[in-house]
Amino acid sequence: MSVRIQREDFDVGAEIARLAHGRTDVGAVATFTGICRGDGIVAMTLEHYPGMAEAEIERHVAEAKVRWPLLGVSVIHRYGRLLPGDNIVLVAAASSHREAAFAAAEFLMDYLKTQAPFWKKEERAAGAGWVEARGSDDAAAARWSTPKAAE
Amino acid sequence: MKLLYFAWVRERIGKPEEEVEVPASVRTVGDLVAWLSRRGEEYAYAFENADVIRAAIDRNHVKPETQIAGAREIAFFPPMTGG
Repeated sequence: MSVRIQREDFDVGAEIARLAHGRTDVGAVATFTGICRGDGIVAMTLEHYPGMAEAEIERHVAEAKVRWPLLGVSVIHRYGRLLPGDNIVLVAAASSHREAAFAAAEFLMDYLKTQAPFWKKEERAAGAGWVEARGSDDAAAARWSTPKAAE
Repeated sequence: MKLLYFAWVRERIGKPEEEVEVPASVRTVGDLVAWLSRRGEEYAYAFENADVIRAAIDRNHVKPETQIAGAREIAFFPPMTGG
């Protein structure tokens, strides 16, 4: 399990190789890469809470390991000033089969968006402003905690 | 105790962190927000819509009713927008 908060870019292929290299029990690696969109943005600056960002993501990785039979997880979240097209975040989950890998990657992304202490400030031609949290992200995270009996 | 501020909470207060001596009557996170709001215009501005402010004690998310006794580090910030 690897959680890294870094200014530097990452290589998705290298992260997949790290999870699968030298072992034959991994049958699936699902990855999600979040990328800085252009739509009117000159640049985006990501602020984070050092120490808590790592701790919060590690708590969710631990919960994902309880929920699914995972053989490895890598989460990388960048901070600092990013330009359209730059990588922001990577979640990679390895398992024997695809169901656990897909589900764990989606679970981790949903929680990362609403619970990990990161904030985006966008620079536009008209000025800079903080991105507002979206209710749809809260709803996406909440569906993982819906009691099965209530469905 | 040490207080930390992030994103627009930090910008409105005008500093990223500070050490404060909190009176014993301030028992919960919500009490602390109310106490800070009375310290000056910049704090009142940062906490004007207290419902949207999130807090963490010693790097764990907490609710307004959480007791602050024993806390080393309390952080205040807007809803998170990472990912």
